[in-house]
Amino acid sequence: MKKSEYLEIYRQMVVIRRLEEQAAELYQQGKIGGFLHLYIGQEAVSTGLISARKPEDRVITAYRDHGVAINCGLSVNEVMAELLGKATGVSKGKGGSMHMADVKKNFWGGHAIVGAHLPLAAGLALGDAYKERKAVTICMFGDGATNIGFFHEALNLSKVWNLPVVWVCENNQYGMGTTIARASAVSEIRQRACGYGMKNDVVNGMDVLAVREKALTVFDEVRNGSGPQLLEIETYRFRGHSMGDPERYRKQEEVQAWEENDPIGIFHKYLLAQKIATEADLQKVVHNAEDEVKAAVEFAESSPEPAPETLYENVYVEP
Amino acid sequence: MAKITMREAISQALWEEMERDPDVFIMGQEVGVWGGTYAVTKGFFDHFGAKRVRDTPIAESAIVGSAIGAALTGLRPVAELMTINFAFVAMDHIVNEAAKMHYMFGGQMVLPLVIRTVGGGGRQLGATHSQTPDAVFAHFPGLKVVSPGTPADAKGLLKAAIRSQDPVMFIEHATLYQSRGEVPDGEYTVPIGKSIVQRPGKDVTIVTYSKMLEISLKAAEKLAVVGIDAEIVDLRSLRPLDMGPVIESFKKTNRAVIVEEGWSSYGVGAEVSSRIYEQAFDYVDAPIRRVAQKEVPLPYNRVLEQMAIPDVDSVVAAVKEVL
Repeated sequence: MKKSEYLEIYRQMVVIRRLEEQAAELYQQGKIGGFLHLYIGQEAVSTGLISARKPEDRVITAYRDHGVAINCGLSVNEVMAELLGKATGVSKGKGGSMHMADVKKNFWGGHAIVGAHLPLAAGLALGDAYKERKAVTICMFGDGATNIGFFHEALNLSKVWNLPVVWVCENNQYGMGTTIARASAVSEIRQRACGYGMKNDVVNGMDVLAVREKALTVFDEVRNGSGPQLLEIETYRFRGHSMGDPERYRKQEEVQAWEENDPIGIFHKYLLAQKIATEADLQKVVHNAEDEVKAAVEFAESSPEPAPETLYENVYVEP
Repeated sequence: MAKITMREAISQALWEEMERDPDVFIMGQEVGVWGGTYAVTKGFFDHFGAKRVRDTPIAESAIVGSAIGAALTGLRPVAELMTINFAFVAMDHIVNEAAKMHYMFGGQMVLPLVIRTVGGGGRQLGATHSQTPDAVFAHFPGLKVVSPGTPADAKGLLKAAIRSQDPVMFIEHATLYQSRGEVPDGEYTVPIGKSIVQRPGKDVTIVTYSKMLEISLKAAEKLAVVGIDAEIVDLRSLRPLDMGPVIESFKKTNRAVIVEEGWSSYGVGAEVSSRIYEQAFDYVDAPIRRVAQKEVPLPYNRVLEQMAIPDVDSVVAAVKEVL
């Protein structure tokens, strides 16, 4: 990779972190409504994954979607505006935090019913297979989604039809406040793939380059007809499940231990140690990210509310 | 005009649309090698092949969910749910995804999807296989819900549904497949969301759809014998619901009976009668009556089952009450 590519990966992770910190503040000020699920701690997962995709590859994820949106090339402005429910938001203020998408960038949402987007992902991949396009569908979901029927129906169908889909489990250790051990008969998630005769692997989700390397290999295999694969990515969310989570289910020491493995910090140290970038290079990226997020807040706050007549728009394509 | 069965009409619609557009394909349980559990897709697998006539696992969420995904990529899937009773297994994908995605993502997502399914009782299949929950699906903005009562409408509406850019629930009736009717020659579609007068009359308005159209037409013949001239409006689509012909008819007759096979509570009759009261209150000469299924899960026993489902006599009796 070129220096600029390393810096771009670093930039995306920093932008996501700063965006999420800012979103938390705006939520506390009452400017963001509904539920807000932050991606802080998990930035290396989608950044590494999506850095390995080609433009024709589709991405679909669950409701913890702001970071994925940024990685897919959505602007901080339109993400922030959607969080504030403004007309300039990527879903025109109709979707909110959990329902962002930009189909022109092959980002297919933002889905808020746990596991329900997995069958959709199988269908996206079916669309490409039907048209004989060499594209991969990257479907991200949490560990909590592996116990719902949708997961099993979708994995089975994808294998039966040999669909070009990569099932990516972001294992952040908790489904809301319930550990995998308390919710899953088999704690090792990748074993679920064995039941469907599906190739699977696991990678450290705090190491963005490890995620990227693994993703490049898996995407290449799936693109060339390996059939679906499952990739488990081990990670951790540093914040609660959503805003207002009392976090009674985990100890502060556990959170601190993971925070020492901050994916941005690890990558920062790596870039310096490998002499890929200087501290000044990285500080510049951080300052630019802060400015970008600050400008996005101004953009979102000064953007108009959706016009009243839009209430009735887009219920149907045809009247 | 050829006289064909409802089964043939639906089969023709599918066949013609698949011949016309290579992006149209069928998926569902036993649609392929078996030829369809109601034989609607007999011969399709051999003609169109496994790519376009896709047998699925018994997994309704996967069927509807993957059909949604395929539709998002621009294909036009016709996803078949063997019966509407199994649609409950796919309820999340029907109501939380198909019905909402176009709106929720600000108009970006377009789902040209048809969910073909079969409802209705009267075949001693017991409570879990005999339901008519059409109103449940018509409850959700974002879905279109169609349920034809004649072969001509079935063919034309299914072709319109396949060409629609919106998700359509296409609800057939299990005991109508053998019913016969005239079907126009050549290419035609029937617009979704348009009610139609199936029998002109002047004394009372009967509003109905699907299998109950057949029952209502028979009731109208019986009523004619005693000098009562019933007008029958066939809704054909439950959402969007076209009240135009209903209100026009009601303003003429000032009396209405609504006949549906499903339960009356929170049902089609409740909706239609409420809209008549809202839109034509000054024309009301008698309380509007609803004829619907008895409020019980349908029993297996033939006699009990027939007691629970509206029949010709129950429609006749209701009409006499409003006159």
